[in-house]
Amino acid sequence: MPSIPSPRGRNTGGLGGLVCLVDVNNFYASCERVFDPGLEGRPVVVLSNNDGCIIARSQEAKDLGIPMGEPVHKVKDFLRRERVHVYSSNYALYGDMSARVVAVLKRFTPYLEVYSIDESFLDLTGFADPAAHGRAVKDAVHRWTGLPVSVGTGATKTLAKIANRTAKKDPGLGGVFVMPPDPGDNDALLAALPADAVWGIGRRLAQRLGKLGVITALDLKRAEPKFIRSRLGVVVERTVLELRGIPCLDLELTQPDHKGIMVARGFGRRITEYRHIAEAVATYVSRAAEKLRRQDLAANTLTVSLRTSPFDTHRQRYANAAGLTFPEATFDTPAMIAAAGQCLKRIYRPGLAYQKAGVFLDGLEKVGAMQLGLFASIDQNRAGALMRAVDRLNRDWGRDTVRFAAAGTRRPWMMKQKMRSPCYTTRWQDLKRVGN
Amino acid sequence: MPEDVPGEVIEIGRAREPGPAAEPCPLAFFTCRIEAGFPSPADDYLEGTLDLNEHLIRRPAATFFLRVSGDSMTGAGIYPGDILIVDRSLPPADGRIVIAVIDGELTVKRLSRRHGRIRLLPENPRYPPIEINAEQDLRVWGVVVHAIHSFA
Repeated sequence: MPSIPSPRGRNTGGLGGLVCLVDVNNFYASCERVFDPGLEGRPVVVLSNNDGCIIARSQEAKDLGIPMGEPVHKVKDFLRRERVHVYSSNYALYGDMSARVVAVLKRFTPYLEVYSIDESFLDLTGFADPAAHGRAVKDAVHRWTGLPVSVGTGATKTLAKIANRTAKKDPGLGGVFVMPPDPGDNDALLAALPADAVWGIGRRLAQRLGKLGVITALDLKRAEPKFIRSRLGVVVERTVLELRGIPCLDLELTQPDHKGIMVARGFGRRITEYRHIAEAVATYVSRAAEKLRRQDLAANTLTVSLRTSPFDTHRQRYANAAGLTFPEATFDTPAMIAAAGQCLKRIYRPGLAYQKAGVFLDGLEKVGAMQLGLFASIDQNRAGALMRAVDRLNRDWGRDTVRFAAAGTRRPWMMKQKMRSPCYTTRWQDLKRVGN
Repeated sequence: MPEDVPGEVIEIGRAREPGPAAEPCPLAFFTCRIEAGFPSPADDYLEGTLDLNEHLIRRPAATFFLRVSGDSMTGAGIYPGDILIVDRSLPPADGRIVIAVIDGELTVKRLSRRHGRIRLLPENPRYPPIEINAEQDLRVWGVVVHAIHSFA
């Protein structure tokens, strides 16, 4: 398919390739369960930052009909009545558990794409018995980490996604499903699947497809690729081919290009005072700069965004952002805090009840490859040594052991996370207790 | 080595306050930094550093730390406050000290599987053995490989 541009990455070998998608079932809720086995068989939900919406549900919670994304205040009484266990999100725990899952998967193949916090694609091309392998993967992840996974295998990523969905939906399959190797044998399965259940086909696209008479995944597979391309573009054409078992999406094994670093969070409550917002922004800058240095990067631009809550219908709403470009790429936290302060001054309006701020670093480059500006303002080496020392202290002694005074000490803007479970795997004082 | 002054405590290092991050803590085995003058005779014997993580943790992805809060295993050298290093990947064989799930709670006991009988044995006469019936299925959370007990 020379006409179809393929993203960088390992070629899965054209026809005959085998891709496997491993997906942790109800990931966040399952993480909570590993350390609290008493939650087994009970409904569990996990809330978004600031305890706003429901972003994860155990199967039991799904069975109660609790919708995804539901604002928690709307269902408070229901949750209490049904004795649903409610947790604030604990990203320290989920991140650690996710890394463990990936480590287990890497024992099976080094050719793996970490697609999201709870999903990885494995290249199983050349493996003789994919079903047996799928079961081995599932058992190993469960034994090593305590997390339940579903495993779906197919000739392409798109088919692996469908196989995974099938493995999840049909309890008789035991969490593992392999698409029949002959693409023709998939038709019954695809006929039962609406087009918008196919990877990459959202509700909008599905509506447009519907007008062309494409209702099911099978319709999409049988559509003429060139026609689809002319009407809906190359991305959907690729999906058609992938449904036919022709790989168009390679596994992205290499680290993707640095896309910029974003740290944006809601405040624990509405905040009006400039001083408090400046503290929050300085903290987000510190966090973003830390991430930057961890990857050996420097940023050319910094953007600060600020907004009131879109749900505050009774109050004046406002959202704005301002950015600037550094004279030279930098990884220096004080320089960035100063820059963020300038940006914030430009967008801050007194008297408003702000709900969220963010910092975005972009124009990232490797420190080695950094352009030296004509008016280089800081001694990069000296700043580098100081920043490394700060990062080290924070790593060894815990986050925020050393922080910049601009980030404040009282911090009334801290996120609300009232029901967070302990950081079982990342804090000594939070270790799970084991009794008699 | 200077002679110890009798009766005086020489503080070698201060234990950390509990804090996050289990970073490797390399201890220098032989180090010698001489900018000028003769090289150290020990330099030829440098062997790198000892990393306790490497010694205690075979499979990091499957290894978890738990804190002991009960006294039912003191006979096995496991005391309240100790940190248990638990490897989930190990099979729960007869005689191993395991973390088991009883009524939704984690408990540490010695596992006994003999003659078709499964029991969780405490190592403290004040606690009775726990018999696992055929209909109860025993969930083993992990196998204890080390206990870290602090004296100071």
